[in-house]
Amino acid sequence: MTTPLTPASGALLQARIEQVRRDPASIRTVFPALAREVAREDGVRVAVLEALGETLAADGPRLLAEVRDLYRHGDADERRSVLLALHRLPVGDDARDLVDDGLRTNDTRLVAAALGPYGARVLDDASWRQAVLKCLFTGVPLSAVHALDDRVDADLIAMVSAFADERTAAGREIPADARTLLDRNVPQES
Amino acid sequence: MRIFDPHIHMTSRTTDDYEAMYAAGVRAVVEPAFWLGQPRSGVESFIDYFDALLGWERFRAAQFGIAHHCTIALNPKEANDPRCAPVLDLLPRYLAKDGVVAVGEVGFDSMTPEEEKAFARQLEMAGEHGLPALVHTPHQDKLAGTRRTLELVVESGLAPEMVVVDHLNEVTVDVVDDAGCWVGFSIYPDTKMDPDRMVAILQRRGLDKVLVNSAADWGRSDPLTTAATGRAMLAAGFSDDDVDKVLWRNPVEFYGQSGRLLLEAPDADTTATFEGNSLLRGERA
Repeated sequence: MTTPLTPASGALLQARIEQVRRDPASIRTVFPALAREVAREDGVRVAVLEALGETLAADGPRLLAEVRDLYRHGDADERRSVLLALHRLPVGDDARDLVDDGLRTNDTRLVAAALGPYGARVLDDASWRQAVLKCLFTGVPLSAVHALDDRVDADLIAMVSAFADERTAAGREIPADARTLLDRNVPQES
Repeated sequence: MRIFDPHIHMTSRTTDDYEAMYAAGVRAVVEPAFWLGQPRSGVESFIDYFDALLGWERFRAAQFGIAHHCTIALNPKEANDPRCAPVLDLLPRYLAKDGVVAVGEVGFDSMTPEEEKAFARQLEMAGEHGLPALVHTPHQDKLAGTRRTLELVVESGLAPEMVVVDHLNEVTVDVVDDAGCWVGFSIYPDTKMDPDRMVAILQRRGLDKVLVNSAADWGRSDPLTTAATGRAMLAAGFSDDDVDKVLWRNPVEFYGQSGRLLLEAPDADTTATFEGNSLLRGERA
């Protein structure tokens, strides 16, 4: 969390975590209220999601249904927290549909969260490259893309290079992140 | 002049409007859930609409430095459609959310039994969730609709100061004042109410418990009539502080009763919002 919780907020978060451990379905009303009750921090919601994941670890289908529901009925902040928590939950690769949904929005906060560790794990190469390109289009800093340097490949560089050419042709500026990526990964002459 | 437009349907407006509103001093809005012009044919259509009010429109407004809130309800017109009425069962999920600052727009359109049933049930829900209620008054038969509205508010047990009765005019304002509810006025280019008539009402009844809005939507309307009303107030001799009370402090007081206002100014710079806000706050190394 970016700022430490006050003792009172910390105690309330602990109480909500214990409530969800006792009664997992209670997360449906606990989750949307966490921002105003505890703190407006993704970390608070992620902590409660982790408690849900531990409690329902033996019942994968139920956990997945609960998490999908929280996303489906969540506002943008709640949805972002779900995306940020997925890699900490025992849902395997089965929540990829939520990542795809986040990437379909034009909400930069959701696009960025979808490209966290979970998105990096479940997205196939073609989808992942398109998502990175979308970041450049919509202004999401590439620092949000988990393990970008490990996964960047010749196809992505070719796409970014074409994108830069289009911008140049239109007399528009090339985003700094695109330049940096191209500078670090000079296309190989064939 | 800082302005909080307490009733405007931004979903129907353009980015030019957002820019002009910011330039005129608008820093916060409430977008009530209402009819879209084209009738909806089912519950799922409402759900996508509510999600848009809580998600995409809030994000869009933030790009222009404006804090966006909403109210959630089944509107009176569509309460008459049996395909839509079941959305009432899903409202509690949305009424729990931050940024949802009232139940609304509820009220009457054609004064049918179905409308009355949905209206009464949603006033109850406002009580259950500790939220104010935003009540639309009908375009036709307005005084009768307003009187019946006030009877239902009394029956609901909701405190009158938790209710704003909107779209009022010279004929309907006094009964609402007498009932102790907030009075709302929608300033339109050529119908409902105009800035000078609004100023005359303020001179007569004072500045307490009054909300002035543009109610701009997909029809002929103007998102800057709040600012025009502020200028008309100044021209009539009201002070800057009077204008601030009507156009900012009053809506903050009314919707603040929800405990759900999100007034920390959103950053107009997308990159700064994105990095400075909470995207990375979920990451605990």
